[in-house]
Amino acid sequence: MPEIVAILQGNQRAGARMIRLLEQGKLEALTLLKQLYPHSGNAFIIGITGSPGVGKSTLIDDLITVFRKQSKRVAVIAVDPSSPFSGGAILGDRLRMQRHATDKNVFIRSMASRGQTGGLSRATKDAAIVMDAMGYDIILIETVGAGQGEFDIATLAHSTGIVRIPGTGDGIQAVKAGILETGDVYIVNKCDRPDVDASVHALTMMIGMQNMGRQTSHPSPKWTPPVVKTNALKGTGVDELADTFLSHFDFLKKHNLTDQTKRNQETLYFKSLLKDLTLAKIHSFMETSPAYKSVLKRIQTHEMDPISAAEHVVNTMIILK
Amino acid sequence: METTNKIRVLIAKPGLDGHDKGAKIVALALRDAGMEVIYSGLHQTLNQIIQTATQEAVDVIGLSIMSGAHLPICKRLITMMKEQGLDDIRLIVGGVIPYQDIPELKEMGVAAVFPGGISFEDIITGMNKLFE
Ligand SMILES: Nc1nc2c(ncn2[C@@H]2O[C@H](COP(=O)(O)OP(=O)(O)O)[C@@H](O)[C@H]2O)c(=O)[nH]1
Ligand SMILES: [Mg+2]
Repeated sequence: MPEIVAILQGNQRAGARMIRLLEQGKLEALTLLKQLYPHSGNAFIIGITGSPGVGKSTLIDDLITVFRKQSKRVAVIAVDPSSPFSGGAILGDRLRMQRHATDKNVFIRSMASRGQTGGLSRATKDAAIVMDAMGYDIILIETVGAGQGEFDIATLAHSTGIVRIPGTGDGIQAVKAGILETGDVYIVNKCDRPDVDASVHALTMMIGMQNMGRQTSHPSPKWTPPVVKTNALKGTGVDELADTFLSHFDFLKKHNLTDQTKRNQETLYFKSLLKDLTLAKIHSFMETSPAYKSVLKRIQTHEMDPISAAEHVVNTMIILK
Repeated sequence: METTNKIRVLIAKPGLDGHDKGAKIVALALRDAGMEVIYSGLHQTLNQIIQTATQEAVDVIGLSIMSGAHLPICKRLITMMKEQGLDDIRLIVGGVIPYQDIPELKEMGVAAVFPGGISFEDIITGMNKLFE
């Protein structure tokens, strides 16, 4: 497969086209992905989440600069929400990263959330596998939420950074409400604004409380999430942020926790694929059945209602013991 | 597995044009027509546009040009697209484009031209037509 060779050599055109096919749900793209899979698993995947406008894209722009100075190759998956009305989307994250657009060692891919909570889906994972196989050392994933259900950022990424801004008090609110997002690194961005220290203090308290809870449920080894102050507009604090992420990765490797992450990811990915492939197979099987064709006609002539029709096809075609 | 073929568009402003109000409004209209629009902002070099279109694997590059330099810009970009193997990406142009320049733009390979004052409806119909 010349396409696979090109992707493994890091060809951006080939990689981008593959990601596009996967995002479109093309089954033949999965066959190609199978060949890339053994070449993945080397990248350090970092999630950056936080409310809209806190500065995630600007921070990623700075992080790219820092990682590039260390000669690392960097890929970005930037997720923005799809419009619930039209299904379309404005993907504006890379606007803040355009100075890296012509750096051949940087690959930025915008992705629409397409109705997924937090914007994460199997397509995000698929894209990360392609980028990983292309040889990127670092993959940064930007999302507005940590995600829920099938894919959340904690299972996609090795390290999750949660971005906050001073003065919003959501740290304290979160503690009160008992909804503690679990990040590996907490970032207070826009440190040029007042009330920075109060925010850092609230976050530190929250982390302390989380750790007390964790000590009993998860014994050693323990990583205490640091709080890092940044001003993404000026790039201050971003060197320290990059170092913090890298030391978390070292921590994971030292305690063999990357293997555990990998196992969790693989199980999750397998389950998700199983669901998609099963649906695809059953669906195409049903669509060619006589039962399907006959009810379709009867719906169109109003002889049968769609509910009874769907029940009829399922009951005729699927017999489970 | 659900397959979704949404049109992916890169909206870019090459050169030194002063503002991007028009481009942003068109981007919103395309989103509302169900397209996924990558917005890359002002002052893009042609090289940035090429690399962005490559990484994002778009179907369409939409340029907004007000400076009057649409002929040389499109000519250069089409050459670069060919060099980079981006022949399958459609180029469309909007902005301040005199009607008498349209035939020349089409001849060099611009897929559609939307001069200022044209309705969103016409832009969307014109774009959907490219993918029929
Ligand atoms: N004052 C200030 N503004 C910032 C900082 N970081 C980002 N911004 C601005 O905040 C706005 C939103 O940034 P963006 O990176 O798009 O946020 P995102 O939605 O979280 O990705 C932009 O106008 C940025 O210029 C910062 O540290 N200080
Ligand atoms: Mg953003």
